[in-house]
Amino acid sequence: MRNHNQGRAVERLEYEVYSPLAVKEGNAIIEEARDKFGIEQALCVHRSGDLALGDIAVVVGVASAHRDEAFRAARYIIDEVKQRLPIWKKEHYTDGDAHWVNCQHCASTHTEHAA
Amino acid sequence: MKEVHVRFFAAFREAAGVELETVHTSAASAGELFNEMTRKFQGLGHEPAALVAINDEMSGWDTGLQDGDEVLFFPPVAGG
Repeated sequence: MRNHNQGRAVERLEYEVYSPLAVKEGNAIIEEARDKFGIEQALCVHRSGDLALGDIAVVVGVASAHRDEAFRAARYIIDEVKQRLPIWKKEHYTDGDAHWVNCQHCASTHTEHAA
Repeated sequence: MKEVHVRFFAAFREAAGVELETVHTSAASAGELFNEMTRKFQGLGHEPAALVAINDEMSGWDTGLQDGDEVLFFPPVAGG
């Protein structure tokens, strides 16, 4: 998890996931990777909820007889996961503000300060 | 008129101020329904990379609506 975005210090990340479709699309992506790259199997795990600085958000694992195909499949999977899965990332900044990543015209929410 | 169940996610939910809404609509497509929602909910705006799902299947903005459909409006995704 990166700790800066456009000069603003990120305190934590929040991931919102729509699981039914995330799993369905995720499985479809893995099947595509198996077809395209001839790998044995692949697995992807994505966190949801609050993540602290340094936490791992997503892991992709690939089983293959050949390392070349494995790495290409892993690249394909992470690229597709980022583009297609119903998952949204909200950055919470140290100044108390928060912003949904990738949403140009979305109003950034000014969260109530807890402290 | 059809009765459909709309669900907003992430930034759309915050912009609309509501997560779930049952609407009676004459919108013919998911896209038309979203346009209608932007008129109904002042804070909700168009996002070029927004996506839509109907009854837990990824759909297109031109996809037609049926009575009882659950229409999910996704703002631009940002996973990983």
